[in-house]
Amino acid sequence: MASTDIIIHDKKDNVGVVVIEKVAPNQTCNCWIMEGDGSTTVNAKNEVPLGHKVALEDLNEGDTIIKYGHDIGKVVKPIKKGEHVHVHNVKTKKW
Amino acid sequence: MEIPKSFLGYKRENGRVGTRNHVIILPVDDISNACAEAVSNNIKGTIALPHSYGRLQFGADLELHFRTMIGTAKNPNVAAAIIIGIEPKWTKRIVDEVSKTGKPVEGFSIEGAGDIETIMKASKKAQEFSIWASEKQREECPISDLWISVKCGESDTTSGLASNPTVGNLMDKLEPHGVHLCFGETSELTGAESVCAKRGKTKEAQDKFMKTWNDYNDFILKEATDDLSESQPTAGNIAGGLTTIEEKAFGNFQKIGSRKFIDVLTPAEEPTKGPGLYFMDTSSAAAECVTLQAAGGFNIHLFPTGQGNIIGNPIEPVIKLTANPLTAVKMSEHIDVDVSKILSREMNLDQAGDELIKATLKIANGRLTCAEALGHKEFVMTKLYRSA
Repeated sequence: MASTDIIIHDKKDNVGVVVIEKVAPNQTCNCWIMEGDGSTTVNAKNEVPLGHKVALEDLNEGDTIIKYGHDIGKVVKPIKKGEHVHVHNVKTKKW
Repeated sequence: MEIPKSFLGYKRENGRVGTRNHVIILPVDDISNACAEAVSNNIKGTIALPHSYGRLQFGADLELHFRTMIGTAKNPNVAAAIIIGIEPKWTKRIVDEVSKTGKPVEGFSIEGAGDIETIMKASKKAQEFSIWASEKQREECPISDLWISVKCGESDTTSGLASNPTVGNLMDKLEPHGVHLCFGETSELTGAESVCAKRGKTKEAQDKFMKTWNDYNDFILKEATDDLSESQPTAGNIAGGLTTIEEKAFGNFQKIGSRKFIDVLTPAEEPTKGPGLYFMDTSSAAAECVTLQAAGGFNIHLFPTGQGNIIGNPIEPVIKLTANPLTAVKMSEHIDVDVSKILSREMNLDQAGDELIKATLKIANGRLTCAEALGHKEFVMTKLYRSA
């Protein structure tokens, strides 16, 4: 089994979580999809630290971020596949 | 793993079982703290529970204060209690309720006597209680005597990935054995509230949950300057990679596994519908939440953390687990159970759940938690509104 760099909760998710100390730009990351025990890879565009999210597809302003198979917020700045997803490009839909 | 059938606990007069054997010195109000602390300094084997409130409260806020005081002293982890207040009436109300459990309890009021005379009288009684409690022995008790509360803190994405699901795995394995379980954190279910409501076992439980959450959300919308984005997620959560309250909520929610809750409790309310999972309306501030759950009668607590919350409670042992490999190393003195190997896939959830069950039983049997060894005893009252 190749070492896992990113874990994805649900097949429907468009983000995954870095589970090593950090991923580096241009690193090909091994992803484990927990639902159904699947795997995939994604090429990281930024340095992303442990616990932070990486986009698994290109996302436009207004798109919904899906994690755990659920809506966890909206995209407020376009995000490319492999880029860091966090408070600088995603906001809550609450409040 | 076969689930152990029993643990070693302290059998109490009312049939409940404690995982600890504390003699507490409980001040009714803020101005009685000095007296309570002097008594616990005098008498070894006792612990004072100072706090900030208890004067000029009224209505639902006062009732919550009493429920927390009474519930704390009634908790089976408490062998005996000394209650000290400024006035006799409120002191007596607490003593009368606690004495219904059959445990030794005595009240003292300071007005008309002064601190020094009160300290002398209360110390004599506390010495009697401490020596009496020291004779109590642990006995074999069925695992169903465990009342387990859960709350996570300083969460990050590793909480939702691994440490919270580990707690959920424990719940899935232990609920069929008749344990009581409790989760709370009304605010931190925001974003997952309708998914959470569907976990109510009955329509009544589902409606009660939504009413509780809606009442809370109305209060936020009324009182907050704009929203909760200054504190939810916290700076620690954001550093750990959590972006929104919704993401935090779905991670939080992993703690109940695939269980359904049978009832919704008000803060510090004792469950009365038998074994199973309960939701308690609580703040998501760690010390407030655990204080309320302990007052509801829960005798052992599971606390998953990502970035490293350090909370403890004076009467309910707080077991910390983390899946964050950096926290497990950098803050090792706070972590009872390290499940970070889930992230590297060297450990699966089933194995992590078993490890947590083993640790929970060891600690129920008397092993100190990291927080107990470090002297963490945060006792924090929840205040609903300002005093008169």
